[in-house]
Amino acid sequence: MTTHDLTRAVRPRPIRTGGGAALAAWLFNAPALVLLLIFLAVPFGLAIFFSFTNFRLGSPLPLRFVGVENYTSLFSDAEFLQAFANNVIFAVVVVPVQCALALGLAILVNQKIRGIAFFRALFFMPVVLGGAVVSTIWFILMDPSYGLLNGLLRAATFGQLHLRWLQDPNTALASIIVICIWGSVGFQMVILLAGLQDIPSDLYEAAQLDGAGTWAQFRSITLPGLRNTIVFVVTMTTIFAFRLFDQVFVLTHGGPLGSTNTMLLELVKVGYDQQLIGRACAIAVVFFLAVVAFTLLQRRVIKEDES
Amino acid sequence: MTVIARSSRRARARRARVGTWVLLILIGIVFAAPLLFLIVGAFKPGTLVLTEASSWRAFWPSHASLNNFATAITRSQLFTLLLNTIIVTGTIVLSGLVINSLIGYALARFRFRGRRFLLLLIVALAVVPFQAIAIPTLLEMSQWGLRNTYPGLILPMIANAFYIYLFYSFFLAMPVELEEAARVDGAGPLRVFRSIAVPLAGPAFATVAILSFMSSWGELLWPSLMTDDITVRTIQLGISVIRSSPPINQGVVLASVLLAALPVMVVFIVLQRRFIESAARSGIK
Repeated sequence: MTTHDLTRAVRPRPIRTGGGAALAAWLFNAPALVLLLIFLAVPFGLAIFFSFTNFRLGSPLPLRFVGVENYTSLFSDAEFLQAFANNVIFAVVVVPVQCALALGLAILVNQKIRGIAFFRALFFMPVVLGGAVVSTIWFILMDPSYGLLNGLLRAATFGQLHLRWLQDPNTALASIIVICIWGSVGFQMVILLAGLQDIPSDLYEAAQLDGAGTWAQFRSITLPGLRNTIVFVVTMTTIFAFRLFDQVFVLTHGGPLGSTNTMLLELVKVGYDQQLIGRACAIAVVFFLAVVAFTLLQRRVIKEDES
Repeated sequence: MTVIARSSRRARARRARVGTWVLLILIGIVFAAPLLFLIVGAFKPGTLVLTEASSWRAFWPSHASLNNFATAITRSQLFTLLLNTIIVTGTIVLSGLVINSLIGYALARFRFRGRRFLLLLIVALAVVPFQAIAIPTLLEMSQWGLRNTYPGLILPMIANAFYIYLFYSFFLAMPVELEEAARVDGAGPLRVFRSIAVPLAGPAFATVAILSFMSSWGELLWPSLMTDDITVRTIQLGISVIRSSPPINQGVVLASVLLAALPVMVVFIVLQRRFIESAARSGIK
């Protein structure tokens, strides 16, 4: 999927037109549309609606409109602002780092070497395991007293250095970032690898004959050839970055001192644990707008880069 | 070209090859070590998992036994958790393949009023993350008495705007001649779809199947909102319960994690060659 396809006027060669086609089309569309309506469009509408009300489960107060009160109180709430900032920091670090690493890995596993399929599968394996499983493993590896990471640190620094990783507000978010990148970089790698394999290899052969070095080939063949793929991967990684939930839910519950709290985690705490539906829905709307804004901003930056 | 130039180029190629291998092995260790730690730890007594975690012994199965698996299965009803996850994931993946491919096909192949609008709607909906609407969806579900039920876990996850878009763009790029021929021969729309279009769209189906399998197997937020009852709880949530309810035995934790991961690992290893191929051809990029 690329921006290209979306903006170009797509005119398919229809195999069916006329009245019969319309009937068939709506029969084909119906199951998905009904489900999308009930479980996506309606809840989305409800979220916007409730965000302007005082809706609270089990509350004796009648439902009434409170205007933008939920929003104003969110933006004066230190806990929410910290969660918002954590999401932004996370995205700003993870998106470029993870995409660059994924590109490096994709180029590495695109080499024609015996046994390369093993490495492709290995780098992708954490994605297969999923966030909860990956987090559980790293929780033990990052244990302050027994963990392997501190074992390695102590060995490398003769016992001088020793971190509390997930338990220290200064390193917790960084630790989460490391775990997330390790756990999901394989996904972007596979998509970029697919893009690499679409670049005709005679382009490289011609460049080699002209005496172009590795870097020149990367700049003038690989990057332009991967343009659409990279735009897609960056957009997708951004959306995933804002959705950060599993790792912090399993590992830190947002702590210590809110240093790993995220908007989604806050949404669940407010909406599910405290049953403040109106406020939780306001978080959902802010979350949605932030994702859209960040994605659009990035599109802009990428487009300007090109011209 | 002089002999010296040629031999230096060959030397450079060899250096590049050695460099590639060194990189592959170093990065390979970073990815393999935690996985090996998981597998080895699952067979070790819980106390040793921790005390041996900071040295090379972390990767050595000392006092190996199957006790952790036995405890995981009996104490935390792991089979119930796994069975629930298989039911939920299986239904989501299979019905999702049917429903999302049907609408994707109709958008690509039929001309009808509202087609462009529908397409825009699908793209717009693909941006709405499920998590953002989880709370209102949860309210709908409780209203209908679907909390702690399979349908409650399954229904909201079937139709997926992103997968619809993948199918749509794949069908759009597919040559239309065979389908036209079948139509001239008098085959109805469903028939053409089922016996011509679907078999040709293997890569798209494989990609969507794997993506949707991985995401529903790994889903944590929705089951944690929807269930407080072990009878329908899924494995990811089960793991986080096992991790945090005393007495905590890290060996048992790792054994349950390994059992939870095994089905996806097997599915992936079986399908992985196809997956990377089909990701390339399904237009996911």
